[in-house]
Amino acid sequence: MPTRGALERRRSGRLVAGVAGGVADHLGIDVLWVRAAFVVLAAINGAGVVGYALLWMFVRQESADTERAVPRRERQQAIGLVVLGLGIGLVAALLGNSVIGWIVGPLGVAALGAAVVWREADEAQRRRWAAGARSGVTGAAGGGRTALIRIVAGALFVALGIAVFLIGNINLGQVQFGLLAVIATIVGVGVLTVPWWLRLARDLGEERRQRIVEAERAEIAAHLHDSVLQTLALIQRQSDDPREVARLARGQERELRHWLYGPQGYGRGSTGGGVKAPALDEGLAESLTKAAAEVEDTYALTVSPVLVGADRQLDADLRALVLAAREAMVNAAKHAGVDEISVYVEIEPDEVNVFVRDRGKGFDPDDVPADRHGLADSIKARMARHGGRVRLRSTPGEGTEVHLAMTISDPAAPDRATDTDNEDRQEAPS
Amino acid sequence: MTDEQPDTDSTGGEAQKPITVFLVDDHGLFRAGVRAELDRGVPDVEVVGEAGSVDEAVAAIRHHTPDVVLLDVHMPDGGGAEVLRRVRPEAPSVVFLALSVSDAAEDVIAVIRAGARGYVTKTISGRDLADAVRRVHGGDAVFSPRLAGFVLDVFSDRPGAAPPGDPELDLLTRRERDVLRLLARGYAYKEIAGELFISVKTVETHVSSVLRKTQLSNRYELSRWASDRRLV
Repeated sequence: MPTRGALERRRSGRLVAGVAGGVADHLGIDVLWVRAAFVVLAAINGAGVVGYALLWMFVRQESADTERAVPRRERQQAIGLVVLGLGIGLVAALLGNSVIGWIVGPLGVAALGAAVVWREADEAQRRRWAAGARSGVTGAAGGGRTALIRIVAGALFVALGIAVFLIGNINLGQVQFGLLAVIATIVGVGVLTVPWWLRLARDLGEERRQRIVEAERAEIAAHLHDSVLQTLALIQRQSDDPREVARLARGQERELRHWLYGPQGYGRGSTGGGVKAPALDEGLAESLTKAAAEVEDTYALTVSPVLVGADRQLDADLRALVLAAREAMVNAAKHAGVDEISVYVEIEPDEVNVFVRDRGKGFDPDDVPADRHGLADSIKARMARHGGRVRLRSTPGEGTEVHLAMTISDPAAPDRATDTDNEDRQEAPS
Repeated sequence: MTDEQPDTDSTGGEAQKPITVFLVDDHGLFRAGVRAELDRGVPDVEVVGEAGSVDEAVAAIRHHTPDVVLLDVHMPDGGGAEVLRRVRPEAPSVVFLALSVSDAAEDVIAVIRAGARGYVTKTISGRDLADAVRRVHGGDAVFSPRLAGFVLDVFSDRPGAAPPGDPELDLLTRRERDVLRLLARGYAYKEIAGELFISVKTVETHVSSVLRKTQLSNRYELSRWASDRRLV
């Protein structure tokens, strides 16, 4: 049995509770050695018995029904070992070891009763699992008359053991005897109900875990439904328009990526280790990314922004820069006749540079038609008003690159402008 | 760097022997797509096999020893970095090119530091992918604009960054920075050469040198990325 999982008690091929078998499976040794070890330990003040009981209590029964054929010889050996263990205990008790005398005496009877009840609890658990697997009904009823008889018999044994133990101490005073009786009864009831307490605790933990998993699944399902499924439906409807399909797919990809890898992204641990992805923070980086996304969506092409440097909060100047950059992207999308635009943003402590580049038609900068206000007004004039610079390079047939540079006037005050577009036109320094 | 096949090296686009490529990606659909694209229009690149998991990939790469491995960054059981870690010591002649949909900087840097010679996104066209394969096979590095941006970011001297320990490895030269910046702006090698008045070969040298620094530098950000991924 080389597989070494968590320690679990065996369900099949067990003699008492499957503890020894489980330990053997876990350690990868023969079960005979484990049983022998328990017997030897039992001789030492009954440590083996106590250890066995504790393992029985706290180690879960394996949940899968694995068939184990137990050879006759092994069964006989095991029974022999149990008897041997009892024998050793008896001999030790006869030799005057008081603790063992206790165990073998009345408390031994009580322990036997508890063992019967616990074993029955294991059986009930097994039946419950089996029933759950068959019909989905949990908490199936117990195993009928025999189970009841076994439980009652076990309880009687425990009661009897306690009673004999108490009678053995009858020479105590009234008060002490009453106290002892109460404690013994409480202990007896506690021991008898151990399996149910444990099951209650485990079920609670299990249920909590399932609820968390369920909530997680619901969140993912909701997100996929709202985004991916809707987009796929749209794509099917528009399947004859490749441009539109590409636009939808690209938009969905961006959205999903943001969800997965964005700042509060699903796939990002809460620790947020590592240097943050350079984009998508509140501020300049985010608004530029957003502008690129809008252009992408509107003109059905790919705009891939690359951002370098520490993000800054927007102020009036940087806002103008974003708007100018957006206009440059729009120009490229409209006039260059390409399906991809490169955008590179470099944020330095004292200056921000934006490059918008396409490999499209290009044009002669001195020969721009007079009706193209975009370049003159939206880019050049806007940048000039805010103290920025524009450099335009275009070669017919090779493409265009717009370089926007904005000096940061007050690096110490990265305050965010809360204005609207009006502010943009208000002050004109030149 | 793959010196045992001088006939297919750098200049030889029309060499007789095609470049053998191995695909590693846990998405079968994506593998099929790449295979179709490379088989269709690219005669000098031949897909010799594919794998969908780390273990499978390690075994198959050992067996085939392809020229180039296209490696997905994100896979169960450790992803591309794990494949690199297990295969590279035994097969130093195999060159790795990382492919990913994730643009998370730390993932990309992690595979580069584990030994990949380049990184491209999965949305790359078949023609560009074949180019990238040829280039890494010829010993060059392949930097997409995004990777160039990440590397610039890592090596930037922003306030608060730890001082470089080994200037030779921890700082980029002025020229390397220029080249990276143009790469991030979407320029091709030839265009960069024209812009900076240097030869394409020199551009390639600069990019390879940046790759080496990215892999070997101990800069704070890099080692943190790496240790987050338990690479070091």
